[in-house]
Amino acid sequence: MAQDEREQVERVARLARLELEPGEVERLAGSFERILEAFAGLRELDVGGLAPMTGPCERTDVLRADEPRPGLPPDELLRRAPERVDGFFGVPKTVRGAEDDG
Amino acid sequence: MSAPGGWEAVVGLEVHCQLRTATKLFCGCRNAFGEPPNTLCCEVCTGQPGALPVLNREALALAVRAALALDGEVAGRSEFDRKNYFYCDLPKGYQITQLAHPFCPGARVELPSGEQVRLTRIHLEEDAGKAVHDRGARTLVDLNRAGVPLIEIVSEPDLAGADEAHAYLTELKAILQYAGVSDCDMEKGSLRCDVNVSVRRPGEPLRTKVELKNLNSFSNVKAAIEHEIARQVAAYEAGDPAGFPVQETRGWDDRARTSRPQRGKEDADDYRYFPEPDLPPVEVSAELVERQRGFVPELPAARRRRYVAAFGLSEYDAGVLTASRDVSDFFERAVQLAGEPKEVANWVTNDVLRLVADPDLPHADLGELPLRPGDVADLVRLVAARRVSKSAGRRVLRGVVERGARVEDVVRDLGLEQVDDADAIEAWCRAVLAERPDVVADVRAGKRKAVGALIGAVMQASGGSADPGRVRATLERLIDAGA
Repeated sequence: MAQDEREQVERVARLARLELEPGEVERLAGSFERILEAFAGLRELDVGGLAPMTGPCERTDVLRADEPRPGLPPDELLRRAPERVDGFFGVPKTVRGAEDDG
Repeated sequence: MSAPGGWEAVVGLEVHCQLRTATKLFCGCRNAFGEPPNTLCCEVCTGQPGALPVLNREALALAVRAALALDGEVAGRSEFDRKNYFYCDLPKGYQITQLAHPFCPGARVELPSGEQVRLTRIHLEEDAGKAVHDRGARTLVDLNRAGVPLIEIVSEPDLAGADEAHAYLTELKAILQYAGVSDCDMEKGSLRCDVNVSVRRPGEPLRTKVELKNLNSFSNVKAAIEHEIARQVAAYEAGDPAGFPVQETRGWDDRARTSRPQRGKEDADDYRYFPEPDLPPVEVSAELVERQRGFVPELPAARRRRYVAAFGLSEYDAGVLTASRDVSDFFERAVQLAGEPKEVANWVTNDVLRLVADPDLPHADLGELPLRPGDVADLVRLVAARRVSKSAGRRVLRGVVERGARVEDVVRDLGLEQVDDADAIEAWCRAVLAERPDVVADVRAGKRKAVGALIGAVMQASGGSADPGRVRATLERLIDAGA
């Protein structure tokens, strides 16, 4: 397996926060290759003149009124929290600094 | 321009502005600040499996209105995209935003100087939650803010330095407030700003840019840009390529008045955008655009011009009066009631704004102050009728605020009615002359200006109620008569 394929798999795994078992990199590299081949086939189609399609349904403008609706009670929301601290979710200290990535 | 030693600064801003809707962008949870943590949440904004977003009609309308107020074009069709990254304040693991097809692909802001700042784009997106890092051993996450509607306003790198960036932000905030799309309160986080800074020699192509974050006030934005320009210029002038600026995100530390690198991790900016499959494209109808255009009021730039042209105000006063809509509306209402725009402008720019800013008064803005445009109009009329002196007028306005009473009542209760009584004025004058023989001697020796100090003392003795013109005449008569 080529080095750049391995790196690609490792990079995607890192971005998706996946920890790969030994041997998985090789197996996934094979799957990746088949997926990319399939897309390469699509790329050969002439789609000039066709409007880009972002979804399978043709509807646009699905909007709702700006009216409040009850949400989850905080107890229900926090029931599955890994940790609760004074009504907050408690998580490991993760100072990225740029918390407002917007 | 504003960079030292033959360098030119190139600054662009990304402003995030929360829209003033009742509910979040994609669900019916309330959009509110200051509620207990995690009480404004549902399956959609906390990313529970199977929950689906539906776009808020009002958020789209306000976004369109913001674009129109910023002289922007509104795309007939726009689309949402997923921006993928992991952080504890982002429960879905992606943010719904607009990348390829924003609803507004171009707009502009005219600065008071006449300079045009081009806007690259304005797009709709959802806010993230809030992560609190300074309360104990854990990072605490509150998802009330997750899903609040934002517009992101991206400027071209048209700004030549910190002062221009500050002027741009001030104008942008005023426009968004006038249009009623956001309260733009930086303290509540409803307006946030990231800055891109690079420097170059004039005529050069752009050099490496650095992004600055953590800027929670306009004065921080200014200080951080000044600091960054100086830092980059120093790095280039030192001449060692190893020390040249690198493309990175730096966080501003307000207390230390410096910036530090943030992130810089590889892959940090690989967001793997793709079209949002859970939301159909948005078609903005001509009807929606026209309806929102009707909600765009006269904007600060137009008001400034009108105040100068129609009211004869200075550019400076017109700028002060129009910087926020509540002050400007207050001023206009008082002018409607009293006429006399210059007099009203003086009272508002000097005294009303001083009361608004007074830290001893428990009011944060003009709206909270128990002072009405009619009070200023009443005062202007009383001063014009010479029933209240200008110096007493200042105490009248403060009395209105402190007592929650109306002008006529305050004038009566505090005894501020201008005293025309010649005997009373003469008595105050004689007392002051007796106390200040030194000044009297100066006046007799030809220093006629020294009489001003005596007038001041009499006005003080009268509690501001004496007519200053009469006081002067009386003092001069008594001094000349050798009293």
